[in-house]
Amino acid sequence: MADQHIVKQFDEELDEMRATIAQMGGMVEQQMTNAIMAISRRDEVMAKRCQEADSEIDAMEDKIEALTTRMLALRQPVALDLRAILAALKIAHNLERMGDYAKNVAKRASALAQLPEVGPVNGIVRMGRLTHGIIKDVLDAYAEPNVDKAVAAWTRDQEIDQMYNSLFRELLTYMMEDPRNITACAHLLFVAKNIERIGDHATNIAETVYFQEKGTRLEGLRPKSDRTSYAVVEPPEADEAI
Amino acid sequence: MSDATQVATPAAGAPKAEATGASTVAPGAQAAPAAVKIVARDVNVFYGEKHALKHVDLDINENEVTALIGPSGCGKSTFLRCLNRMNDVIDICRVTGSITLDGSDVYDPSLDVVQLRARVGMVFQKPNPFPKSIYDNVAYGPRIHGIARSKSELDAIVHHSLERAGLIKEVHDRLDQPGTGLSGGQQQRLCIARAIAVNPEVILMDEPCSALDPIATAKIEELIDELRENFTIVIVTHSMQQAARVSQRTAFFHLGDLVEVGDTEQIFTNPRDSRTQGYITGRFG
Repeated sequence: MADQHIVKQFDEELDEMRATIAQMGGMVEQQMTNAIMAISRRDEVMAKRCQEADSEIDAMEDKIEALTTRMLALRQPVALDLRAILAALKIAHNLERMGDYAKNVAKRASALAQLPEVGPVNGIVRMGRLTHGIIKDVLDAYAEPNVDKAVAAWTRDQEIDQMYNSLFRELLTYMMEDPRNITACAHLLFVAKNIERIGDHATNIAETVYFQEKGTRLEGLRPKSDRTSYAVVEPPEADEAI
Repeated sequence: MSDATQVATPAAGAPKAEATGASTVAPGAQAAPAAVKIVARDVNVFYGEKHALKHVDLDINENEVTALIGPSGCGKSTFLRCLNRMNDVIDICRVTGSITLDGSDVYDPSLDVVQLRARVGMVFQKPNPFPKSIYDNVAYGPRIHGIARSKSELDAIVHHSLERAGLIKEVHDRLDQPGTGLSGGQQQRLCIARAIAVNPEVILMDEPCSALDPIATAKIEELIDELRENFTIVIVTHSMQQAARVSQRTAFFHLGDLVEVGDTEQIFTNPRDSRTQGYITGRFG
């Protein structure tokens, strides 16, 4: 932050808002890690705890909403202050969604723990690690703030999509090989999809950081590689080009 | 001005550069630019030795509200007063550069200043009705300019002006009462009625709401928005929120420089200059 406001309390409120986002981001990271760990360790207790912890993230979103509403009403922010407040509101919303997906992953972990173990779990762990790395980067990009870091993380979402594609195919193969795998693999498909969605929300945060700092939208189409909609079948030609 | 984000050259820039800057403005052929009513080029104002306004280039668009903002002493009122030569009355004040209204030079020595001020009216910070009746306050201008040919025509002008200023309902049954007996907000609207009675093209407003309560302020702001249809309005205001609410374009002055001018929305969401950013977000030390 460049200079201080003449009204110091406004600075304190903005600082609190940023600190709350950072805290909320940390909680989402932790939830994400725990949910994946619950799957890999087949740990139902951890899965349960993870599901319960989601309400704490929801409470943080409420807190951000209250803080930002208060500042909009009392400070009439403009320019970079306005963008910072709008960004916090959007980021809190994205983080809340990411928390929900982590909770869904934890739910699946409970179910998976009761089913026979299948191979592609390792792929899920790798995908989770990659996504976690991107979340960490966008949160750092917000905290610093650092536009270049945000853009770099934004571009890396492609890697998650690619990993999702290969995992999708792998799971199909396992299901075809032995129908007894289908239940566990179907759960893993949803887990993979949830992680992929978490990655998408992380890129939304990267875009918001860019807007907050630059005042303009991040130009250009994000490189997208989720091609699972056409796995095994031929995509229509128009879609091929995207 | 076709370019929405003209950024003023700092005072350090040679006046020559400003002149070329002006020529780049003319051929602007972007989609549907607003017609330019007033063109100011390389305007400098000196109060004795003090260089109060430095190389200001600014276009005022027709039927738009242009807000001039900036900290006290930044030159915004000085610039406003240049537009209808109100600075002429200050002995030590010297103005250089050119200001044109519809293409004709405002500082042409052969120009009738009284006629100019009929075309470019002004409303001041403190409501200043004449110590006369409400009717005579509004009728004053049309009378001295010989606008009305008969009593009934004058009545119509007074009535219409009060109507346009949103005051007629409140005063129609007491036009013979002194204007000074009205409330502050009503007095200010009376002054606006007085200004528009001579059918000006431009209305200059120098902090027109700073002495008014929020309700009276809202009424004036609503009025400004309505008047924009028929007049070009330039308003100096210390209230950033007011500039944001009423204007289409905003110009930010600082220490005699025109720092930045652009669409109001752009100025208040994404200003280009760090000084503008600092001022509007309340970071000016």
